[in-house]
Amino acid sequence: MSEQQPDENGKEPLMQRVLDNPFILLFVGVAFPSVLYLVWGIMEIVSVPLGQ
Amino acid sequence: MNNTLFRVCPDTGLKFHRPAETLMKANAVAAVVFLLVGGFYALLVGLTRWQAVHLLAADQFYMVLTLHGLNVLIFWILFFEIALLYFCSSTLLGCRLAAPRFAWVGFALMLIGAVMNNVIVLQGNSSVMMTSYAPMGAHPVFYLSLILFAVGALIGCFVFFGTLVIAKDEKTYEGSVSLVTFGAITAAIIAVFTIISGAIILIPTLLWSLDLIAHIDALMYRLIWWGFGHSSQQINVSAHIAIWYAIAAIMFGAKPLSEKVSRMAFLMYILFLQLASVHHLLVDPGLSSEFKMFNTSYAMYLAVMASMVHGLTVPGSIEAAQRAKGLNNGLFEWLRKAPWGNPTFSGMFISLVGFGFLGGISGVVMGTEQINILLHNTLYVPGHFHATVVIGTTLAFMALTYWLVPILFRRELVMKKLASWQPYLFGGGMAGVALFLMGAGTVGVPRRHWDISFSDAAGAVYEFPGAANTMLALNGVFVILAVAGGAAFCVIVVASLLFGKKLGEDEKSPVPLIAEPPADADYEGIGSGTITVPGTLVFALVFFASFAIYYFVNWKYLGETWGIS
Repeated sequence: MSEQQPDENGKEPLMQRVLDNPFILLFVGVAFPSVLYLVWGIMEIVSVPLGQ
Repeated sequence: MNNTLFRVCPDTGLKFHRPAETLMKANAVAAVVFLLVGGFYALLVGLTRWQAVHLLAADQFYMVLTLHGLNVLIFWILFFEIALLYFCSSTLLGCRLAAPRFAWVGFALMLIGAVMNNVIVLQGNSSVMMTSYAPMGAHPVFYLSLILFAVGALIGCFVFFGTLVIAKDEKTYEGSVSLVTFGAITAAIIAVFTIISGAIILIPTLLWSLDLIAHIDALMYRLIWWGFGHSSQQINVSAHIAIWYAIAAIMFGAKPLSEKVSRMAFLMYILFLQLASVHHLLVDPGLSSEFKMFNTSYAMYLAVMASMVHGLTVPGSIEAAQRAKGLNNGLFEWLRKAPWGNPTFSGMFISLVGFGFLGGISGVVMGTEQINILLHNTLYVPGHFHATVVIGTTLAFMALTYWLVPILFRRELVMKKLASWQPYLFGGGMAGVALFLMGAGTVGVPRRHWDISFSDAAGAVYEFPGAANTMLALNGVFVILAVAGGAAFCVIVVASLLFGKKLGEDEKSPVPLIAEPPADADYEGIGSGTITVPGTLVFALVFFASFAIYYFVNWKYLGETWGIS
């Protein structure tokens, strides 16, 4: 991202470093839907009481 | 540069790693073959749902519908996406591909899986449609073939990520990767989540089909399967939007209005797009409203906002580049004088408009829990995804392919006149299909039933309004147009690869294949007053007005469902 310039210490802004690291993005991109969709959904289903 | 391992494209200056190039070609050719197969089945499906024609018997219909769904929604698209991942990493970053032999293993697994799947479904005992909802069971080979295909695609994703590491280590680029490569990273990340979800559900289902597991819970299956089934279509969204940005740069030398904003929009895809899977579960019992509404009415809207950002910035970047080149009069001179006869541009632009207006608006309507009850499991759903996946993704892939034939395969395109018409035929046909399927769904026609007259169901007396039959007939007509457009694409591509004039490695194409970008100074003073891209702004306002009107019309329909006495 050429629009963002390094700060006075020569470090790129945090958000740019996040966006430049595909493995952080991979972790976030798998963890987020896994928790919000798969884990939450599975917990709701397993907490449904069994029919008598 | 090692000349035996790399070649430089004389038209674009792109550096092709030869092993990567061969893999891209193999994946692209396989993709087109499966598109051809799946497109043929599309014709049979459309002609069966046309009540006056009603071509196939019930058992054949479900078999053909299964084949159609898997060949075009999974095999065509994922083979093309793997080719795209290799192009966006190795070629756009100018580096060698990581582990080409490993990539060939992935390709072989995908090919074996896809062929096995077609064979087993054609045997007639796995007509479970793409969703293959348990406890409706298929032959074990059906699940095994999908697992093999998914493992192959996962290997392709790992090769892509490995190539990003090589490019960084070998410093083949400076700063950040290009926006197009960033879009491909988004697609690959969503692919990893998709394949993990597929593995979680398909491996136990395979064991269940082998009688090694006694029971698969139907709701659990649906929840996890849609993490795979819907997310697989979100890979497409990221991939085809990356292609929109690429074509804007190729055809016009356009640069994004704001790279920061476009990258943040892709980041929102990574975070929120997969959550839209819940809209398939909005009427399922056992899942709370909190779960349903958070994932659809809140999180999904953030992904929708990201799509609207892309839908604004891609035409906006084209408008800015055209104005910078002197087409600065009025609101739409930049668009009127765009190269509408070039299938790469026209395909991309129809993809953008169809995806936004038809696919995007209908997706939000379906993702609203209250309105969803009107449309759930009706033909509205295939109407929606034919707009997103076929007009949006498939047409974008076709548009890029026209550009790739001379660049990647070093062949001149043949049948150029037909090629210039093909996106209109395919896009127009598919827009009709999407609209009439959605229309039929709005009057309640079920999504999967073979025959809406229920002629084989004793005692069934429900009669649909006459409009339903009209919609299904019009759908059939537009299916024929769309299939003709798809067939034209396959014919043009295959004929070009076989008979197109060969271009030498250092021979330039007779027509320029990449536009010069305007100079920064040319962008000064473009537009109208302080508004740089007024034409795109007008488009955005028309889009929002259409969105709001259609959304509230559906609430009105809902309000009429139950009268208040």
